[in-house]
Amino acid sequence: MRAFFAPWMVGPNAEPTFLVWIVATLVKMIAVFTVYMVGVALLTLAERKISAWMQDRHGPNRVGKGWLQPVADGVKNFVKEETYPDAANLPLFILAPILSFVPALITWSVIPFAAPWGSVFGNIEMVLAPLPVGFLFILAISSLGVYGIVLAGWSSNNKYALLGGLRSSAQMISYEIAMGMSTIPVLLLAGNVSLSQIVNQQAFETWNVLNLTVAFLIFLVAAFAETNRLPFDLPEAESELITGYHTEYSSMKFSMFFIAEYANMVTASALMATLFFGGWDIPFTLWDNVAPHTALKTLLTLGCFATKTLFFVFLYMWIRWTLPRFRYDQLMSLGWKLMLPLALAYIVAVAATIVTLDALGFEHGSVPFHVGLVLLNTAAVVILFMIVDRGRLVSPAYSRLDRRDLEKLRAVSSPHRAQPVSQAGD
Amino acid sequence: MTHNELPLFYVFHVYFFGLVAMISAVCFVTRRSPVAAALWLVNTMFCLAALYVLLDAQFIGVMQVLVYAGAIMVVFLFVIMLLNLGHPSELDDARGIWWKLAAGGIGLAMLSQVLVLTKARLPESLVLPEGAIAEQIAKSGAIAPLAGPLFRDYLLAFEVTSVLLLAAIVGAVVLGKRKERGHAA
Repeated sequence: MRAFFAPWMVGPNAEPTFLVWIVATLVKMIAVFTVYMVGVALLTLAERKISAWMQDRHGPNRVGKGWLQPVADGVKNFVKEETYPDAANLPLFILAPILSFVPALITWSVIPFAAPWGSVFGNIEMVLAPLPVGFLFILAISSLGVYGIVLAGWSSNNKYALLGGLRSSAQMISYEIAMGMSTIPVLLLAGNVSLSQIVNQQAFETWNVLNLTVAFLIFLVAAFAETNRLPFDLPEAESELITGYHTEYSSMKFSMFFIAEYANMVTASALMATLFFGGWDIPFTLWDNVAPHTALKTLLTLGCFATKTLFFVFLYMWIRWTLPRFRYDQLMSLGWKLMLPLALAYIVAVAATIVTLDALGFEHGSVPFHVGLVLLNTAAVVILFMIVDRGRLVSPAYSRLDRRDLEKLRAVSSPHRAQPVSQAGD
Repeated sequence: MTHNELPLFYVFHVYFFGLVAMISAVCFVTRRSPVAAALWLVNTMFCLAALYVLLDAQFIGVMQVLVYAGAIMVVFLFVIMLLNLGHPSELDDARGIWWKLAAGGIGLAMLSQVLVLTKARLPESLVLPEGAIAEQIAKSGAIAPLAGPLFRDYLLAFEVTSVLLLAAIVGAVVLGKRKERGHAA
């Protein structure tokens, strides 16, 4: 047996042979796809359980004590009748769920999810496609996700669906820019766009969230808007648009939009973990980042990555059941008037700091270099939250109303009580 | 460089994406529904991006998808839907026979240019040795080889281009404002 495998056993530090590489990639693809799909199904259960927990209810507890609820949902979606609106553009109507589902899956292929595994067959990287342009690939593919939503809205030939589609295209384009800009400081520090190198740089220096908190916050908000989750779920605002772009969809086609939403959520969470929280790096130790790469290290780092990703998934759900939806003008002004200028200013500040520290002779990655970055970061956070914001922009959904607006609203709601607001009011 | 020197899967993918790009481009100009035409154009751009990647220009390929397919075409679709131009019956085909002839002539001219280019011998100074780009990407990442010349040798041209884009933005804002006032009167 050993003799049979001998030609492929190149040792843990060497590049695997082509055949081993193909087999390993296929196995990784199947594994990632399976875990992803089952995970997404379980996330729908988690969403309902977490919402129930936050609202002091039980949540799903009938089908297999609640655990089999995703299975029941899946079976139900498969056996439901498929409906097609009379005036729908049928090819595009069918294409739309596919176009929203596929990009959500493809983005996962460039995210490194564990430390490389130095097996006897060679050093196997724990990422499906280690592209040199990994991060840009994610931005490019996720920008295609909007087609599914826009086409769904248009091809349904339904005004609510169309409005949902239009809203979502405007929203996703707006926040895509802020999202791209917020990651430029990360690329400035890493000096590269390959995700493995970004993870490595964080492992050997510090996590980007400590150096670039402002960029992380912008990315977090933009990621929520990109995935159309509350408080940014205006494309499907049910109180105004029924359910927006997927109003006319039934059975498995609806389900594909649903799966795509959760898949996007997982991808965005994984991206936040990778770009700002060290990816698969185990904190406070370098033991996991250096050779020899054993199977144990791979498993532990995989666990670490999963923990970080699931935390952000939980954050998504936590925020969904905590914050109300934005108004559309608030959404747009937050994106264009606050987040984009802030991201641009932050790029300039970080670039200037890096250049200054370089000019002062502090080596990239040395302790004084990072002290300088952390100082800049602290100053930026203090300026942002204490001086510029004061609870107005970061929480515009429930910010204090202008006195005039408040009087106007009160006059509308109860005309007989219309009078100037007292000094102690608002 | 003859095809015999290249691996089979490489040649296959070049022809595959090239063919799909051409078919999509033909569909793009022949579809009557603007939405369908826009989607075929997106497909063409996607295939072009794949061709760029096959030429080791991964950054250009990703930018092709990110900027053209992901942003510009979405805005196109947005406008088509907002103006409700999506239904073919609402568009009249204003192009006469002369326009069609002119377009066909330009197409033929470009095709013959491509044919001439395949026969032409490039000067030695323009040809990189085999695998030079892949080697550079492995050494310094996919972006540094492009960013270096762009921000050092061609900085002025780069900055001037940004002024051009700024002019376009200002123009759009001015046009938008003017329309608003004109209709209000």
